[in-house]
Amino acid sequence: MTKSQKKQQLNIKMLPKTPTGISGLDEITDGGLPMGRPTLICGEAGCGKTLMSLEFIVRGATTYNEPGVFMAFEEKAEELAMNVASLGFDLQKLQEQNKVRLDHVHIDRSEIEETGEYDLEGLFIRLGYAIDSIGAKRVVLDTLENLFSGLSNQTILRAELRRLFGFLKDKGVTAIITGERGEGTSLTRQGLEEYVSDCVILLDHRVINQISTRRLRVVKYRGSQHGTNEYPFLIDEDGISVLPVTSLRLEKDVSSERIPSGIPALDEMLGGHGFFKGSSVLVSGTAGTGKTSIAAYFANETCSQKKKCMYFAFEESPNQIIRNMQSINVNLKQYVDNGLLKFHASRPTLYGLEMHLVSIYKLIKQFRPDAVILDPITNLITVGSVSEVKSMLVRLIDFLQEEQITVMFTALSLNTIVSEQTDEGVSSLVDAWLLVRDIEANGERNRGMYIMKSRGMKHSNQVREFIITDKGLDLVDVYLGPEGVLTGSAREAQKLKEKTGVALRDFALSRKDKEIMRKRKMLEAKISNLQAEFESTEEELNKIYIEEDLKQQIIEKNRDEITKMRRGFEPETKIRRKK
Amino acid sequence: MSEQDQSPLYNNHLINESEQHVFKLRLFITGASPNSSRAISNLKDICETHLRDNYDLEIIDVYQQPLIAEKEQIIALPLLIKKAPGVERRLIGDMSDTSKVLRGLGLHTEN
Repeated sequence: MTKSQKKQQLNIKMLPKTPTGISGLDEITDGGLPMGRPTLICGEAGCGKTLMSLEFIVRGATTYNEPGVFMAFEEKAEELAMNVASLGFDLQKLQEQNKVRLDHVHIDRSEIEETGEYDLEGLFIRLGYAIDSIGAKRVVLDTLENLFSGLSNQTILRAELRRLFGFLKDKGVTAIITGERGEGTSLTRQGLEEYVSDCVILLDHRVINQISTRRLRVVKYRGSQHGTNEYPFLIDEDGISVLPVTSLRLEKDVSSERIPSGIPALDEMLGGHGFFKGSSVLVSGTAGTGKTSIAAYFANETCSQKKKCMYFAFEESPNQIIRNMQSINVNLKQYVDNGLLKFHASRPTLYGLEMHLVSIYKLIKQFRPDAVILDPITNLITVGSVSEVKSMLVRLIDFLQEEQITVMFTALSLNTIVSEQTDEGVSSLVDAWLLVRDIEANGERNRGMYIMKSRGMKHSNQVREFIITDKGLDLVDVYLGPEGVLTGSAREAQKLKEKTGVALRDFALSRKDKEIMRKRKMLEAKISNLQAEFESTEEELNKIYIEEDLKQQIIEKNRDEITKMRRGFEPETKIRRKK
Repeated sequence: MSEQDQSPLYNNHLINESEQHVFKLRLFITGASPNSSRAISNLKDICETHLRDNYDLEIIDVYQQPLIAEKEQIIALPLLIKKAPGVERRLIGDMSDTSKVLRGLGLHTEN
């Protein structure tokens, strides 16, 4: 029911309901069983009718403070108390507290002689007294049909049953009547559904491929919306849990918060921050490609940030995983010890797919982790077909997204060609898909990892080599050589090759440098030589100049002397004038 | 004693033996409902006819004592419980089928 519908219905008076307290059932019935009306629970032997109705009484008494009367036509009160003690229901105590009243109705045909007209007033009185004595709000009649085996007058019985349901309605109690499933299409052997018209719940116990699954279906619920599908349910030490597995809405919250994967290089590939919180991640690959290691790294990272992580192992035992991960420097033990990490290992064949889903739900509801790992989902295929596994995983992803839990699946792909398309059919559902694959070349096998998809974030399209060492996981860029992608030792060889190249080039460079230096030195020497030559030439030339000058001076001096000698003063003045 | 109880029709000779015992009968009724009234009168007739002075009949109104309904495992009413002689026997109905009542009480029937 969507919110707007709910609002509309609130204005009109809605059918009041009594919550059963059985986990999941109240969601399917949108609040519980119709209050003050009888409900029929029918099913084959051993499908949990008695238990379900008893849990209704016990939960009513303990959780909702509604006392209840349980009228057993089959089992004795002590037997009942013993049967449900394993579920932690203390009927003895509840009876002492006047919260529950058990009444065993014993009918034995051989002891009874019918001598004419009678009615079931005795039953009414008993029931009425039991209800009034503890102020009961809930009543269970289990299994009313036993009356038919004890008494032979069908006409009276049917009339009285009709009166009984009227009586229960008058009393205003919410009642559950259980009935054995009849032949063919009839819900009950004696046609009880004819009298109970408000709510009918059918339980079913099916064995398919040697795996049994209990299922529940609300056949009819007058005056209320209800889930119409068959829902699997589980009986365990906490009672019954029903799973309203299909959420039809796609309106869950999304978070843009990122959580790291634990492998920095992988985060780098995912736009630098890792996965989105509440997203689903699929890690697929062939055997031995390190899927579990990636999962363990993710678990380790989650726990190191003080967040809770739940690890569902379908292949290895927890201790085995812890030991194996120590070899790659991941210490999961510490987180198991401080309660941040919880392992749940179960064989896929332990129970049916739906049961797996129910138990996963329950554990997640209990533990409330921030991240969940399922390793590997491939093994689930042994208990269901591909489409069943897919439908289960759809619902699981649905649920986890609603709870904002990040989930990582690992999947084994047997055939690389097919796997890329299918992978249990979940590849289209997940938000991010990492593919780890073998790259086989040069007589060795290496791992390559790439991101097939990652919704809503920038991600690398590169194939990286995925390395597992004693120190942990890492991603390295693969070499794209002329022969294609190079990994492992081929990559190392290529690296070495390049190193040699660099050395050679360096050497060549330094030789050239020296050559230049030498040339420069040579030229510089030449230059200085020429300069020296020039200087000496210059000096030579200058010397001639000076000599000429001196010669001139001397000649003039001589000439003056001669003139002086010829004319006395005159030449002297001439010289003076000249000056 | 159990023989007498299980196959009263074929043990007519035992009637004398059983007559020596006092019949302890308890009739549970519900107020003055038609069935109850009929059961009382029918049973009284039968007792007077077949067990004259040899019976002890107690009539209990379950409405007055609702607790007894659970204790005595009462479902259908009116209910006649034969406590003695022999094994406890339960008869339900308005006691209109005399032969069945007699059979239930372990008395022989005339046919």
